[in-house]
Amino acid sequence: MSGRGRRITDEEINELISKLQALLPAESRRRNAGRMSASKLLKETCSYIKSLHREVDDLSDRLAGLMTTMDSNSPQAEIIRGLLRS
Amino acid sequence: MVALRFLRALSLVRCSGPGARSPSYRARGIRRAAYACMAASAGPRRAWSRALLRKIRRRPGRGLRRPRAVIRRRRPVGGGDPLEVALRRLVPGGGCMEYCRLLEEAADYVKCLAMQVRLMQTIVDSASHVNSID
Repeated sequence: MSGRGRRITDEEINELISKLQALLPAESRRRNAGRMSASKLLKETCSYIKSLHREVDDLSDRLAGLMTTMDSNSPQAEIIRGLLRS
Repeated sequence: MVALRFLRALSLVRCSGPGARSPSYRARGIRRAAYACMAASAGPRRAWSRALLRKIRRRPGRGLRRPRAVIRRRRPVGGGDPLEVALRRLVPGGGCMEYCRLLEEAADYVKCLAMQVRLMQTIVDSASHVNSID
């Protein structure tokens, strides 16, 4: 499926650009008041995706560290185990 | 739905005893689980979720490999704009789709990624809070 077989209209692209802009974090929207150009939007989206990837990495590290506490038999570990079981 | 999947995946991570690994190995497993749960919850409707699941399931040593002749490879779209090329690299499966579709997929991917981050942050906050209760 390489294409829809029709020209993509400018309105469609603009609509997608607005939709994407709405998903960017608030600081990015404040910095770029009003409608962004397509290239600015691509740049902001790329940096946002990269920062989200970094957050997933960081949170994975933290979760892995927290789960070592589950090795112990402390009451805290039992609560965490309960959280994951439910 | 993605929360349940992810919690279940986390509970399978071995922390001690035979088979337990270093924290960095666990972190990689958790990271893989995060992307897998995200993609599985999004379903096969999205190109990015299909591409992510293909990539995760293709890990070396896991199951049978499909003979190369059967693997369909679409030619990636030639890049003009370096920003468009960058976005195609960041969105899973983004290499071969037309520009309009790429923007749609990127929007959905961003939404799901942000949700996954919020979910993981919530779990970390609850677990840390529980840890600090004394």
